[in-house]
Amino acid sequence: MSDCKSSLDGRVAKHISVLPKSGIREFFDIVANMKEVISLGIGEPDFVTPWRIREAAIHALDSGFTSYTSNLGDPRLRKCISNYVQDKFHAEYDPVSQILVTVGVSEALDIALRAILNPGDEVLYHEPCYVSYAPSVRMCHAVPIPVQTYEKHDFVLQVEDLEAAVTPRTRVLLLNYPNNPTGAGLTFEDKKKLADFAIRHDLIVITDEIYEELSYIPRSQTIASLPGMADRTILLNGLSKAHAMTGFRLGYACGPHDLIDAMMKIHQYCMLCASSIAQAAALEALQSADKEKDAMRMEYEQRRNVIVKGFNEMGLHTFMPRGAFYVFPNITSTGMNSMQFAKTLLSEKHVAVVPGTAFGECGEGFVRCSYATGMSEIEEALRRIRSFIGK
Amino acid sequence: MEKQEFKRQLAALLKRNARMANQEMADRLGVSEPVIAATIQEMENDGDIMGYTAIMSAANAQDEVRAIIEIAVQPERNLGFDRVAERLARFPEVVSVYLVSGQYDLRLEVVGKSLQDVASFVSGTLSLQEGVKSTATYFLLKKYKEAGVNFTKETKHERLQIVP
Repeated sequence: MSDCKSSLDGRVAKHISVLPKSGIREFFDIVANMKEVISLGIGEPDFVTPWRIREAAIHALDSGFTSYTSNLGDPRLRKCISNYVQDKFHAEYDPVSQILVTVGVSEALDIALRAILNPGDEVLYHEPCYVSYAPSVRMCHAVPIPVQTYEKHDFVLQVEDLEAAVTPRTRVLLLNYPNNPTGAGLTFEDKKKLADFAIRHDLIVITDEIYEELSYIPRSQTIASLPGMADRTILLNGLSKAHAMTGFRLGYACGPHDLIDAMMKIHQYCMLCASSIAQAAALEALQSADKEKDAMRMEYEQRRNVIVKGFNEMGLHTFMPRGAFYVFPNITSTGMNSMQFAKTLLSEKHVAVVPGTAFGECGEGFVRCSYATGMSEIEEALRRIRSFIGK
Repeated sequence: MEKQEFKRQLAALLKRNARMANQEMADRLGVSEPVIAATIQEMENDGDIMGYTAIMSAANAQDEVRAIIEIAVQPERNLGFDRVAERLARFPEVVSVYLVSGQYDLRLEVVGKSLQDVASFVSGTLSLQEGVKSTATYFLLKKYKEAGVNFTKETKHERLQIVP
């Protein structure tokens, strides 16, 4: 084989071969080989999808709703998303021309970036952030420009820091609040400041609001509906988190017609349409599952209270999350770095957390703990971590 | 949190698991343990909470037979169904009494040692009570869900241990 190697060299595209594998990957491999692990590393709901939603998916199969749908998504679902987004997020979108149903927010983000970015364009985004942001930008031959967020600011992106990073090549501001991994959220005032910044520099805003319905602070309208923002904002959301539907892979993008239309072109060639069965389930979820969704949100909020109190009491300072289902304790007082902490905790106490550095360099000094796991596991994990740090 | 909303959330926790430790309820709701204890005491005193019970999976425990009894009642002037319902509720064999809308008026759950025992209580006692017009008896065979607890557990699927 070795004599073939030279001819194989370079057969992966350069911009892909230089992409790092997800920082979480290495850790995943270690955890996968251990037994009796309590995992606080799981970024998906521990609830099974509410029955009425599953039943709708089964009915879709039963009744043979198994063909392609419109590229944009089933018209009934788009109409329903339009009503839902208006009701919950106070933003208006035409279901015919401004909404695209996607295979999760991951696809929506990818095609939004591909629709907008030319090679060399710059994208501002905050770190810590979800692991796909920088790679998705790089896959468009564009340049990701991370802007650090800090515990002292409750991990809210500061306009001064953005001003220092913006250049004439900046095209996009990418936001994810409520945030994975920090649990940070934006107040109405925060949103207004970020909107002003985007308008001042004529940027397109992509706002990934997948955790918006898991907010524990008073909800305010989306940044997409602030004055001057509708025409420059792509709002991304989906059913995975608040409706506990990760495996359905169902998301949506709302935005100005020209951008949605451009995204649709990519979507129709690379994806064709989202799963018809998942779309039928999503229709039921958005129309009829508020009660189930609210019950899950309430449970997350209570677990958040328990886990934040637990970490703070053992001396690991932990910011009170405003949304999502993650806490981001500061572990610098232990004298370990994030990776050491996570690896040693795993090998000594069999508790899995994710090193903050998986979400950007400035995640150093923190670990992400998901509370999308049962209360008894959370309490046992807290006990083990307490004994691990010797408190 | 507003007091009414706090009580509602506390009641929701108790209804799901009345044996949850006060400390856990305190941590979940972000208050101190004494606040939980005092509020539960207050709700008991006010009669918002009338008691606590266990949910058993068996429809009929050993030496125990349960039945649902529908009863049509002749309502009384000024009293409606209350007097009859309250009298029926005094029998220890009667474990629940509800006034319901629909074809009949009262829905009782009755417990006895055997089919015979329940049948004779219904025919020999309940149906003879003043105001009781007719009864229909349904013996419980199997329980699938009670008080929001589904006895058929979801299949556990392994989740990925680490998900970004």
